Amino acid sequence: MGTLGMGALAQSLRTDRGGRLFLGVLGVAMLLVPALNLLPPATSALHLSSYTVTLIGKYMSYAMLAIAVDLIWGYCGILSLGHGAFFALGGYAIGMYLMRQIGTRGVYGDPVLPDFMVFLNWKELPWFWQGFQSFPFALAMVVMVPGLLALVFGYLAFRARVSGVYLSIITQALTYALMLAFFRNDMGFGGNNGFTDFKDLLGFSLQAPGMRTALYLITAFALGATYVGCRLIIASRAGRVIEAIRDAENRARFIGYKVESFKLWLFVLSAVIAGLAGALYVPQIGIINPSEFSPANSIEIVIWVAIGGRGTLYGAVVGAFLVNYAKTYFTAALPSMWLYALGALFVVVTLFLPQGIVGAIGGWSLARRRPAQA
Amino acid sequence: MPPPSAAPLVIRPRSLTRRGAWPRPRGCVLVGLLVGLLGGLAGVSSTRAADVGAAAAADEPLAEILGALPEASYADKKSLIERLVALHDARVRAVLQAMLDGRLYVRTDDHRVLIARGQGAAGGEGEQSGRVAVVDPLTEPATGATAGVGVPAAADGLTKIGVNNQLRKALRVALAQFDLADPDRGVRLSAVKEMLRALDAEGQTVLRDRGRVESDATVKREIEVGLALADLEAGEPATRLGAVRALRGSLNPDVYNRLAAMVQIGADGNPGEADPAVRAAAQDDLHSIERLRSVYGGIQTLLYGLSQGSVLVLAAIGLAITFGVMGVINMAHGELMMLGAYTTYVVQLLMPHHIGASVIVAIPAAFLVSGLAGVAIERGIVRHLYGRPLETLLATFGVSLILQQAVRDVFSANNRPVETPEWLAGSWQINEVLAITYNRLYIILFTFALFLGLLAVLKRTRLGLEVRAVSMNRSMAKAMGVRTEWVDALTFGLGSGIAGVAGVALSQLTNVGPNLGQSYIVDSFMVVVFGGVGNLWGTEVGGNALGIVNKLLEPYAGAVLAKIFVLVFLILFIQRRPRGLFPQKGRAAEN
Repeated sequence: MGTLGMGALAQSLRTDRGGRLFLGVLGVAMLLVPALNLLPPATSALHLSSYTVTLIGKYMSYAMLAIAVDLIWGYCGILSLGHGAFFALGGYAIGMYLMRQIGTRGVYGDPVLPDFMVFLNWKELPWFWQGFQSFPFALAMVVMVPGLLALVFGYLAFRARVSGVYLSIITQALTYALMLAFFRNDMGFGGNNGFTDFKDLLGFSLQAPGMRTALYLITAFALGATYVGCRLIIASRAGRVIEAIRDAENRARFIGYKVESFKLWLFVLSAVIAGLAGALYVPQIGIINPSEFSPANSIEIVIWVAIGGRGTLYGAVVGAFLVNYAKTYFTAALPSMWLYALGALFVVVTLFLPQGIVGAIGGWSLARRRPAQA
Repeated sequence: MPPPSAAPLVIRPRSLTRRGAWPRPRGCVLVGLLVGLLGGLAGVSSTRAADVGAAAAADEPLAEILGALPEASYADKKSLIERLVALHDARVRAVLQAMLDGRLYVRTDDHRVLIARGQGAAGGEGEQSGRVAVVDPLTEPATGATAGVGVPAAADGLTKIGVNNQLRKALRVALAQFDLADPDRGVRLSAVKEMLRALDAEGQTVLRDRGRVESDATVKREIEVGLALADLEAGEPATRLGAVRALRGSLNPDVYNRLAAMVQIGADGNPGEADPAVRAAAQDDLHSIERLRSVYGGIQTLLYGLSQGSVLVLAAIGLAITFGVMGVINMAHGELMMLGAYTTYVVQLLMPHHIGASVIVAIPAAFLVSGLAGVAIERGIVRHLYGRPLETLLATFGVSLILQQAVRDVFSANNRPVETPEWLAGSWQINEVLAITYNRLYIILFTFALFLGLLAVLKRTRLGLEVRAVSMNRSMAKAMGVRTEWVDALTFGLGSGIAGVAGVALSQLTNVGPNLGQSYIVDSFMVVVFGGVGNLWGTEVGGNALGIVNKLLEPYAGAVLAKIFVLVFLILFIQRRPRGLFPQKGRAAEN
């Protein structure tokens, strides 16, 4: 980012009070959370367990995913009910790298084949697994696979002017079809067990506290960078066109903008962000399986955004943290209440909080609901 | 069954007692009682038996032949059996059957031939008390011989009338002859099939005789095919040729295998059939059979596809109202179906003794339950969100989560057992290669009836007219005096009620559990969009077409992959034609 970029950022942040706050809190969390994890002794009241650090890291990757959805839904009116698919694809791409890293430490001890392939009596690595022993290649795939899928899918959909609920329904069908496909053992992605039992990343054990902190920091940085990048796009000239498309697609088209191109590139960008979020999620959680593709998951992402407040970017972050914190709390304390609570959230927010929490409360009072306290 | 060479077996109480089974107390009392009776009343019982014997003696010649049976050698028994058949006496059948089953005994006291009730001599209480219920074939009505109550007799006073393999064969033929003359065509048909299983020269004669007088086409055809198969073994090429010609168009798998063996080159390098003309005719037959088979195979796939498509239509047709006509994305649609399925379960709990009727009762009940739930959703949530379809989607998804959890809490997280009434079980065997289960058949008919009913409501009733008016132009309809709010609620209720009815049908096909709805939601939206939003015909045609395509793909790709292909096809199709198969015409641009 050159000085021009920095200038644009400074300018856009000047008008973005919520964003300034968000970035501020994020910065504090980046310093404070690892410090509280590593410095105080385990008995101290100030100590944060590695579990908590990973939990916050997980929420942060969800927050990235929420930003990806907000970018297209909040600013361009494209409601994707299949963003979980891009997230899961990114996760699977990094998962394949992690599986290859296990090497002879697997249950069957095969130096090349992951356990589930040995179990299925496969003799050699399928072609689409080639190259995943290399980290840069896997990283490229994290971007390429969701990006290409979104490019092809979006190209076909937007060119045919599929929009509104129709687009939502076919994105849902997309993730559903992928879920069915990944559940099949023959696909070569571990069937319904997916990938798990990861050992290390770039030679560092995933279980080590230092590695966990590093992953946390990387995720936090990625979240911040995503926010800033999306904010810059929205603040740019193209961002204005995108919002115009959301408000009056045909007018924007008749004025002379190539509506399809704007939509397509935004969609692809959003899918890539989702894929990166998935790639940050999997090493921290230690498992990826086809249930990530389930249509209900994708709808849940949308509700994070709706609850936080669509069309603000930081609202998406707030929503992701709040809903997922509530989920962690309820599924432990009152498991049977979780679906009631989530269901009621869907209803109440759409009926009474069309602008989400951020829109309803607004301003400085937001500070009390920041992730650092979560 | 004892080996054929075994000497006539004298049955003793100990040998009748099931291994390791202690007599129950009631049995013990009975044993004591009966042993006492046996000692004390021996004279009385023999007197009574003598009376019956006297009555039977008048019954020439059946009694005479039966009297000769116990003493006869195996060879003599065979001729006695033939004489029995020649009597054309209805009572003979029971005797033959009993003899075949090893249930025919002679009583040592008075040399009377008796039939033991049940399987072998071991039946019910007789087993423990050392007594066997027997019936006299001369006095007992022939058909009820084995079902009759019978007079108890001491088991050790009975000697079994032995049979060997040759006799068994003769008995089977004799029995089949009896059954071949039965007035019921079902009995005749199974008799023919039984005879064909092991056909010898005698059997062929019997069948040929029957074939001449047989009036039922199916039975006659079965006889012809069986005889022709036998004729294929004949020495004369002309006979074989005639047989091959007679087999033309038969779907019997034996026929196919036999014909295929005739044209194939055997291990010795020669074809199974030596005569080239016969071989050519057989080859011809094979072609025609293969053609027929592929036709019926196609019909089978079509029927299976239609039934799978009908399930899709069932799931989607309520949605065709709420989404297609009203434009509301109701993500709780699947859960409304789930409510219908659970209603079936509750109805069955309420009337456990009338499972057959419960499904019928459940249909209106489910319509009411789901319909009322639908009206509640519309009044409570959806009406605040008209014109904001994406928000409706999210809110109704929330409702679906709440309904799922509610069902988990009220019933259980596990699947609930819903019973299938008898009239839905089993299958309809149309011919040798074509069969369809009744539940598939009924689902096709039921879906079509539901579709026609819904079409009639929309096209022929006042409500239907108003629904269409509101969906076309809400404010104009309102200006014309249509109570749009009322129409909205009723329409949504109608679509939801139909979902409930679909749930009743689904309860007979899949597991009834909290996840029932979720598994159909994506499919049903795809069907509605594929068919063309706002078009009931589109949903019907689209759903069935997808079902058939799915079934056509299944043999090549497997069920899951076929479904994936269909989904990908749908995604691509909608991208090509966003308005579906049958787009609604005359609508303005959306913004």
